[in-house]
Amino acid sequence: MVATDKPKYKIIGTRPARPDGVDKVTGRAQYGADLKLEGLIYGAVLRSPHAHAIIKSIDTTKAEALPGVHAVATNADFPGSSNTTEILEPGKANERWAADNILAGPKALYHGHGVAAVAADDMHIAQDALALIEVEYEILPPVVDVQDAMQDGSPILHSGLRTGVRAAGVDTKSDIETNLASHMRLERGDVEEGFKEADITVEREFTSSQFHQGYIEPQNAAAWWSMDGRLSVWTSTQGAFSARDATADILKIPVSDIKVTPMEIGGGFGGKIPIYLEPIAAVLSKKSNRPVKMWMEREAVFQATGPTASSYSKVKIGVTREGKITAAYCTFAMGAGAFPGSPVGAGVQCALAPYAIENQVVDGLDVVLNTPKTAAYRAPGAPATEYAVESVLDEIAEQLDMDPIDLRLANVAEEGDRNSSGTPWPKIGAKEVLEAMKSHPHYLSEIQGEDVGRGIAVGFWFNGGMESSSSARVNKDGSIALIMGSTDIGGTRASIPMQMAETLGVTYEQIAPQVTDTDSVGYTAVTGGSRTTFAGGWVAYELGQMIKSEMKERAAKIWDVDSGSISYTDDGEIVGPNDKDGNEQKFSFNELAGKLQSTGGLIAVSASSSHTTQGAAYGGHIVDLKVDRDTGKVEILRYTAVQDVGTAIHPSYVEGQIQGGVAQGIGMALNEEYYYDDDGHLMNGSFLDYRIPVANDLPMLDVELVEVPNPGHPYGVRGVGEVPIVPPQPTIRNAMYDAIGVRFYHNPMSPRRVLDELL
Amino acid sequence: MIPEPKVISTTINGDEKQVLVSERDSLLEALRDRIGMTGAKEGCNNGNCGACAVIMDGRLVNSCCVMAVEADGSEVMTVEGLASREELHPLQSEFLQNAALQCGICTPGFLMSSYALLQEKPNPTEEEARFWLAGNLCRCTGYDKIIESVLTVAKG
Repeated sequence: MVATDKPKYKIIGTRPARPDGVDKVTGRAQYGADLKLEGLIYGAVLRSPHAHAIIKSIDTTKAEALPGVHAVATNADFPGSSNTTEILEPGKANERWAADNILAGPKALYHGHGVAAVAADDMHIAQDALALIEVEYEILPPVVDVQDAMQDGSPILHSGLRTGVRAAGVDTKSDIETNLASHMRLERGDVEEGFKEADITVEREFTSSQFHQGYIEPQNAAAWWSMDGRLSVWTSTQGAFSARDATADILKIPVSDIKVTPMEIGGGFGGKIPIYLEPIAAVLSKKSNRPVKMWMEREAVFQATGPTASSYSKVKIGVTREGKITAAYCTFAMGAGAFPGSPVGAGVQCALAPYAIENQVVDGLDVVLNTPKTAAYRAPGAPATEYAVESVLDEIAEQLDMDPIDLRLANVAEEGDRNSSGTPWPKIGAKEVLEAMKSHPHYLSEIQGEDVGRGIAVGFWFNGGMESSSSARVNKDGSIALIMGSTDIGGTRASIPMQMAETLGVTYEQIAPQVTDTDSVGYTAVTGGSRTTFAGGWVAYELGQMIKSEMKERAAKIWDVDSGSISYTDDGEIVGPNDKDGNEQKFSFNELAGKLQSTGGLIAVSASSSHTTQGAAYGGHIVDLKVDRDTGKVEILRYTAVQDVGTAIHPSYVEGQIQGGVAQGIGMALNEEYYYDDDGHLMNGSFLDYRIPVANDLPMLDVELVEVPNPGHPYGVRGVGEVPIVPPQPTIRNAMYDAIGVRFYHNPMSPRRVLDELL
Repeated sequence: MIPEPKVISTTINGDEKQVLVSERDSLLEALRDRIGMTGAKEGCNNGNCGACAVIMDGRLVNSCCVMAVEADGSEVMTVEGLASREELHPLQSEFLQNAALQCGICTPGFLMSSYALLQEKPNPTEEEARFWLAGNLCRCTGYDKIIESVLTVAKG
């Protein structure tokens, strides 16, 4: 581990067991699909067999008549109706799109788009009923490729889109129907002049397929809409509050009428931020007067929940002979799926973020396609844009005969340099990461063998701040109940209490954390954006300070002294001035907790905060791989991920986040992708055909933590989870060239594509 | 057209149970929806992910691919039966201590597959462990800490 200026901590940096762990290893943890309720019935969704079709009619009478069926729902059960003639301003949403993605409105817009739903006594009867629903479709030609969708004459998804150019102060509206949902541009300096100063200019185009988050737990939701108007929802979600608000928006009911209880969540990676089943379960519950539970089949997860955006990128970079970048011009188009909102904006902001570049233009285009509406996927947008930039830099390093790490060090962004938006960076660790890569034993080692190669690349992600809330109560024995609004997707019930224990000088074990429902804690944004340990830690720290201050007040009352004369030690001792006989006066935390009830009552505090001082972070990866010329399969021989994590609160979970991100990135680089046939049907909607890396596809993934504490957090937390998915695609692509002398311009570099190059 | 329900007698984690199931129920559905034991998870319902793994008559199976009626007269061990009354199974403790789970949805399946591996091969190499566990998907961990945990328990 490489660390700069890190204070000595007692609890931060240790590796305690997580409080929810025993339930998870014994099968007791309750995920959404595990919920049991009195009178529960089961819901299922009929999905469109066509990628693009007008829905002319839906006849549910036979399904409703089937014994054991309690309710049927369609888009018409959601309030309002779809106004397809409304012409939209660029970047503006049609207010019915959210409902229309859940159950199709006038058109089915992708293969697997929900069309109708039923609730029945068991899942088999529900499936039988779906087969009795008669839907009349008028099939339209689909478009599933980003570049095709931007061509004149492409099939049009939404007749109201009229996007022109919105860039650098220009905001125009086109008058033709388009699949272009929005355009954005970041611009600094003078690119034309910049390219004139370059000795070498390299311009390349890249594409990437759609990838799915691949969480093992399918989406689920249960709902009970009581006759008193109160709607209770149980769901595995990355954000109980966002799920509540989105459900309220679709059902057009007050937010206060909905209580969302977040169940344990079996993976999300961004894909469990949107809602899919919650409003359907609610409508079915209302119509049947029964609680309704739903979960998706795996095929539906692939067909109808957000994959990441497919992408087209064009990157041009100019450099001097010494390796100084003089200008960069990048264009990125991303497929949003059936409704606008790809992550191209974030991708645009990340593309050049590792480097200080005076002259740059970065364009982003959001394009609708007849594919599922994309959702966030770990550093959304960044893997595609940074893959293109890192790949061009590798080709430049070769042309300059320069070490690829040295080329990056010659341009690395440091504190005070300006990013693509023109904002100066605070303290960041990009340079420290590159230096740690350069001196890593992996990079210094020799590689040998036929068709064996090494590659490197770096990656960047902002990390999120946003709002988090918690409350805490000190019990009479000194134990502390900590209630959190953040759903825990991978260990935050450990990492947040660890920060509170550090603040208070108490043990980790005496803090009992709990994630609770939306009525029982203040608003908390989603568990995503690598924000939860950062923002949850901030709140835990603030609660700790409130408790400390109150503990001093109580001791002051007992000792009859001014609270200003009392100190609170790092060990959680409350120390006062000596008494009149000169004896030391002090309490341990637990001793004083025992006196709270007699000095004003037990302490209960709550806090909500929204800090914007999150720490941007960088990672750099090194891979050694071997290409099998007969099969096109690539074997990862050795992999090292170096990352600035700010401060590693629980190093095991930090390593785990990085290893998990790397494994997903390797999947994107080598074999994961959505396959569509000419009619826009998704052909590989299963884990057999959409093959995520399994245990024997990977070696041990080595992690080197660099700690450059974030000055905007009491414990230096930056956020960890997303950065590691960014570098694998270019790292592997650059190593493929070293191994077999082929430059690839599409991800994944699947065995078929590798063979196409070799044969 | 709805098939008649059937009663099956199955020993689950040592307890004899008579369960009313539909002929169409998988063992996974019987465990989860008829008996109410939700430790085995549905990740794919077609044998690809291993989250529903249980041990039936000494054999590791994906319970989504076994019909409930096939389990009539058999002995089934699920993740709920791994710990004794007093303590966790060493695999459970090691997974917990070594952070071998993040979201935890795949954990019951990995524990049952790892248990079956160590029954069959008490001292597996890393490669053997990776091949044996290739039928269990984990999307959070990259497998490092899972493989480490299994090898640590094997070493004792």
